[in-house]
Amino acid sequence: MNDLQPVLRLEGIVKTFPGVRALDGVSFDLRPGEVHALMGENGAGKSTLMKVLGGVLAPNAGQIYVAEKPVSMTNPQAAKALGVVFIHQELSLAGELSVAENIFLGELPLKSFGRVDWKKLYADTDKILKTLNVSFNARTRVGDLSIANQQMVEIGRALTVDPRAVIFDEPTASLTDAEKVVLFEVIADLQTRGVGIIYISHRMEEIFKITDRISVLRDGQYRGTLNTAETDEDKVTQLMIGRSLDLSRNVSHHEMGDIALEVRGLSCGHLFEDVSFNVRKGEVLGFYGLVGAGRTEIAETIFGLRTPSAGQILLNGQEVQINSPIEAIRLGIALVPEDRKDQGLVLGMNCKDNMTLPQIGRLTKGPFVSDRAELAIFDKYRDKLDIRTPGWRQSVGNLSGGNQQKIVIGKWLSMHPEVLIVDEPTRGIDVGSKSEIHNLIRDLAAQGFAVIVISSEMPEVLHVSDRIVAMFAGRVMREFTSEDVTEDNLIQAISGLTGDKAA
Amino acid sequence: MAMHNSKDMIKQGGIWVFILAELVFFSIAGHYWSVSNQAFMDPGNMLLLLKQSAPIGIIALGMTIIMINGNIDLSVGAIFALSAVVLLDSLSWPFMVALGDWALPLAWGFALLTGVTLGAINGLIVWKTGIDAFIVTLASMLGFRGLVFMYNGEQPTSNLNWTLVDFAEAQVLGLHTASWFLIGTVVVLWFVTTRTNHGRNAYAIGNNREAAVNAGIRVGPHFMWNFMLIGFLAALSAVVFYSESGSVNPNDGMLYELWAITAVVLGGTKLAGGYGSIIGTLGGVIAIQLLRKGLGHIGADTQTVNLVIGLILIAVLFLDRQLTRKGKEELKI
Repeated sequence: MNDLQPVLRLEGIVKTFPGVRALDGVSFDLRPGEVHALMGENGAGKSTLMKVLGGVLAPNAGQIYVAEKPVSMTNPQAAKALGVVFIHQELSLAGELSVAENIFLGELPLKSFGRVDWKKLYADTDKILKTLNVSFNARTRVGDLSIANQQMVEIGRALTVDPRAVIFDEPTASLTDAEKVVLFEVIADLQTRGVGIIYISHRMEEIFKITDRISVLRDGQYRGTLNTAETDEDKVTQLMIGRSLDLSRNVSHHEMGDIALEVRGLSCGHLFEDVSFNVRKGEVLGFYGLVGAGRTEIAETIFGLRTPSAGQILLNGQEVQINSPIEAIRLGIALVPEDRKDQGLVLGMNCKDNMTLPQIGRLTKGPFVSDRAELAIFDKYRDKLDIRTPGWRQSVGNLSGGNQQKIVIGKWLSMHPEVLIVDEPTRGIDVGSKSEIHNLIRDLAAQGFAVIVISSEMPEVLHVSDRIVAMFAGRVMREFTSEDVTEDNLIQAISGLTGDKAA
Repeated sequence: MAMHNSKDMIKQGGIWVFILAELVFFSIAGHYWSVSNQAFMDPGNMLLLLKQSAPIGIIALGMTIIMINGNIDLSVGAIFALSAVVLLDSLSWPFMVALGDWALPLAWGFALLTGVTLGAINGLIVWKTGIDAFIVTLASMLGFRGLVFMYNGEQPTSNLNWTLVDFAEAQVLGLHTASWFLIGTVVVLWFVTTRTNHGRNAYAIGNNREAAVNAGIRVGPHFMWNFMLIGFLAALSAVVFYSESGSVNPNDGMLYELWAITAVVLGGTKLAGGYGSIIGTLGGVIAIQLLRKGLGHIGADTQTVNLVIGLILIAVLFLDRQLTRKGKEELKI
């Protein structure tokens, strides 16, 4: 292994779009056998850089070197032929086809007359699967695999060539902790084979756990490379946003009101069982647990999207039956869903229309929707939540993640709910906007809303919550107050390691 | 934002530019090849064009809101035929004959009710079973057409009522009755799609159904309303047309669904739902009729017309794709 010769080097890459300089002279190198984190806020230019590297976009200036030879990536196939392969965040697999067919998609081994050489296909696939150390075989239908295993198939696809550089884009976004461990093993294995790895992620813990160096982009410019061992989260964050981020513990200083929402012994099949908790007016209740622990499902049940199999929901001390989102909304419960783009927003519509979506039935004058009434609401919540958009006509699809999230939150606030459930409030939102959303959640509680925050990020739950419910495998393991919670006992609770269950 | 809007303008305005191009082309080409001496852009000819656009036009306008909503309705041609049969046949029922001219509004009512009922059946099935509208209306297209044949066999149903004919052939401000119905439908549906709660929700559902459900919008009833609306419009189209012609063949209205969809798509509405406009569809309807008339004007036969329309449909959609794709990265295929 030659440490001096990088497997991949970029020099002065410039990419401009009309009106935007998306990449402004980015240089960066990847050594064999290293895991190199690429960090930056959304919009910093990471995705554009990766598209240039993958041959999807042509740079306006600059040069790419593979093994110190200048190359031009004209299309994704060319990149792959040079041994530069991508594991995308969104998996692109054909669910109805077998693992083998997916791994060799587009390059199936052939016999004469265009017949597929199945024997060779399965044999080659088995060879690749062996190096990945997975439990499924070449003939398994991909649609039957878990997300983590599907990702393994995607990685398997990268291994059909002899890769020099593998680029992982947010690979752990939908993995459980156990699955992450497996993924990291595969990455470590690639490292020992001298493959250079570019690892794109927002998650600091992971970055510090597995990477050797960290390069940071901001506003399309290269901001520097740090040795992971010699730096810390603060320094990286500062480099990314130009200032440091406050993630200290938050404790409410205002008075809390009565119990707004109480849940008693709520169950929904095997998704979650016997869940009890309450949240007061003016309080933020955090829900923390692994993906699949049942947190989102509880929110969906309270919001009327799922039917509970047992248990009671009480609103202001009164038992209520909630059979649909319409009833939930009428009762004053609002849900900001986990996936903004798929569940929260109508991307083809403008900001104002999205904001007033649940209540246009009320904003009418005769048979027609009243523009004036709508705009009054939009203006009010744009100012209140500091939503940055050129105007109400702007299509929400063009807003940044943080502003999109504010539109969803504004949509519900304008309905004056009593209970606001926010599922993964800052997923896919850049670091700078994160703290804005956090402050917003704290403000809402201070104004007397009862807020439930579901999050997979521990710093976030610790930062915004007054109390934290820790869940594991569909059950409440323990409830913490801000006094007795520590990172250690929180992790233990959500891993199912704790014996002392909540009463 | 400015860019966003101007792109929208180009997309929505494109069909009108196309219509203008057609007019210029046929006026010039007609000068050399015309089979008649009449100028193509003769006002009388243009007014007639609007009238001839009406039957499919009225249906296409309804199809627009159905498609914005993310559905499709293949049964409109059959609803058109069945409503026409009800209209003409009901006039010969004994108690209707006894009513004299008072039977006419009643016959209209029966026909329109038929359309709404058939539409409601479609809507109810789509709502309650969750089966795709394409399949549901494919089945009802066959079923409703079957009813037409069961009614009178292969025989045409005829009943020429001169009061109706006079009404249908009346001209107010130079426009025929059918044209007024077309224009009226445009105005009403334009208001429905752009200004009402129902219209806004239809866009939202077509664009992102899950988000619409999460916002507390009841998807099913909106589907239902739209299918009833298009059923009504298919019947309205039949009522206007057959008041004049007085005779319906059991095969009438076949392929109307496809012509309607063609006009809607030409007008810029997305097959996937969530995007489209009534005015665009009006443009699409006029463009198709203009093409038929124009090609006839320069002596082309029907087969040629269909071929040209097919080619133009592909060309227009390809152009639209190029416009939409600009600046975005799309999967190369």
